[in-house]
Amino acid sequence: MSVESTPSTEGAAVRRSAYDDATRARLDADATQVVARYPEARSALLPLLHLVQSEDGYVSPAGIAFCAQTLGLSTAEVSAVATFYTQYKRRPNGEYTVGVCTNTLCAVMGGDAIWEELSDHLGVGNDETTPDGAITLERVECNAACDYAPVVMVNWEFFDNQTPASAVETVDRLRAGEAVAPTRGAASVCSFKAMSRVLAGFPDGRADEGVGAGEATTRGTVLARERGWTAPPFPAADQAQPSDQVKGS
Amino acid sequence: MTEATTLTPVLTKHWDAERSWTLATYLKNGGYRGLRAALAMAPADVVTAVKDSGLRGRGGAGFPTGMKWGFLPAPDGGPRYLVINADESEPGTCKDTPLMLASPQQLIEGAVITSYAIGCDHAFIYVRGELLHVYRRLLNAVAEAKAAGYVGENILGTGLNLEITVHAGAGAYICGEETALLDSLEGRRGQPRLKPPFPAVAGLYARPTVVNNVESIASVPAILEGGADWFKSMGTERSTGPGLFSLSGHVTRPGQYEAPLGITLRELLDMAGGVREGHELKFWTPGGSSTPIFTAEHLDVPLDYESVGKAGSMLGTRALQIFDETTSVVRAVARWTEFYKHESCGKCTPCREGTFWLDQIFQRIVAGKGTSQDIDTLLDLCDNILGRAFCALGDGATSPVTSAIQYFRDEFEAGTHTPADVLFPPERSSLFTYTPRRRAGQLAGVHA
Repeated sequence: MSVESTPSTEGAAVRRSAYDDATRARLDADATQVVARYPEARSALLPLLHLVQSEDGYVSPAGIAFCAQTLGLSTAEVSAVATFYTQYKRRPNGEYTVGVCTNTLCAVMGGDAIWEELSDHLGVGNDETTPDGAITLERVECNAACDYAPVVMVNWEFFDNQTPASAVETVDRLRAGEAVAPTRGAASVCSFKAMSRVLAGFPDGRADEGVGAGEATTRGTVLARERGWTAPPFPAADQAQPSDQVKGS
Repeated sequence: MTEATTLTPVLTKHWDAERSWTLATYLKNGGYRGLRAALAMAPADVVTAVKDSGLRGRGGAGFPTGMKWGFLPAPDGGPRYLVINADESEPGTCKDTPLMLASPQQLIEGAVITSYAIGCDHAFIYVRGELLHVYRRLLNAVAEAKAAGYVGENILGTGLNLEITVHAGAGAYICGEETALLDSLEGRRGQPRLKPPFPAVAGLYARPTVVNNVESIASVPAILEGGADWFKSMGTERSTGPGLFSLSGHVTRPGQYEAPLGITLRELLDMAGGVREGHELKFWTPGGSSTPIFTAEHLDVPLDYESVGKAGSMLGTRALQIFDETTSVVRAVARWTEFYKHESCGKCTPCREGTFWLDQIFQRIVAGKGTSQDIDTLLDLCDNILGRAFCALGDGATSPVTSAIQYFRDEFEAGTHTPADVLFPPERSSLFTYTPRRRAGQLAGVHA
């Protein structure tokens, strides 16, 4: 999906209050799978809202109506839930959500400077989208990667140990339509819609891409091995503790 | 502890293995032996083993895990649920996320054992929606475990059935609170429920439910394989076992360090190369932003539940955020306060209104425009939130404020005349060199 095609598609979505028959049939089939994962249907609402975003790039009026009809809720009930969670967008989102962590730890380590640089470079503020529809810039809260601070998330993939220059390079490449690889994640960042489909619980086959862990994650593991530190061995069992022999030295 | 504490990798032992996240790697390194050990025991004995191990909840509160399981009422023929809290969002906390990325099968194995112990045939993993690749890995891990017969129907030929649903949230810190998480999992706004009834009695769909943190559940397989005594051979008498300590901030080698509870920050900092070169420790959090801050005088406090509590804070999630002398404590706490204001769910007045007013006052102090009453007003507000909020979010919001005033009152007083970024130029705290564009107390990103 190209960056250029995004605005027109989403412009059409804005005015749509119901899906055409083919789209509806496809979404119904997906929704059936989602609902089947839960003992009670209403639990499917959060994934269904992700599914709607994978179709429209935001939680559209048509999407709200679809969720309501699927789950036997009123549109007001669906809207009440959709507006509670920050990942559900009330306006068409850019192809890429670029989130700069500006919670305390990242902010102090340089996140504030990265934010200022990106905001000036892109000419947009918090939760605003560039005119070409490519980037929605956000200040995000702690994303559980503090040992890689300062952190930037692109469509919720990790970009670790960032600087203003590295963040600008990332957004420039995204806007140029290049494939951009996160530090810890899939081989390349996918689109907002593709990401939303995964979050609805539909795997995209990319789980085996990328690293298992970054350098900070394994620092304790590596240090312990260097120094010969181990947890006490399991008491002798019927097997000869093979788990301790694998990497004993 | 008399002799120097060392790291004790259990969960982290194979995190750097080739394709560490796959079932094949997990099995090669001893995976699913804990499950086999558990299945050879009666479910009640599995609960007893975990109780005996002394394992306490690794999500922050430290409630004994086995005891939580033991609170479930006797089976009545209806469903019972395990819900795993993977909504890791407490500022500074970054342990469950790398665990699930590097080694998701640890969590799956723990989920199967726990489900067997409590008589559950449908477990849920609620992972925050802002972790795309973690979600991919978890979905994949469940699929792999299912294909190999560790999850699904007739597990390992025992007749045991377990479905695991991995559920993505959508961005809300409050969903880490266990009852808000349950409401969210039921497709509602994530707002906390009145307790009692506790989830053990009326949890998901009003059925008996165990809600446990990722690290707690992932710790279960080793307890079953090694036994309660093995687990208790690490840690202190009442804070047993190893735990993940996450160092971040102004430290030479930030990262995950798995050590027995009771290790000190001095020991951990030594392993991590100390505070960044040329600087010294100013303040730190023992367990995330909701735990009162510590200073250099607390370097030797054993990081176990009792000792940290006695020293005036909480062990929390062992999220050790390190800040050196270049950091404005006012700026740091102001930003945390903004976070709590943003994440307050709005259900109760003390938290909703209180965090709003805390933030208003902090904006003034950061800008050097605080009034002489502001410190007292902050403390008064905190007094009206702490213990009066509906859930722990409100309590947590007051922790950094009251502790920062306790240790650094002079910096708050300076906020009546000098902006925080004049007292502490932010470019000195940054990990890279840059020239700030805005000054005089203007918060980045706050457009007029």
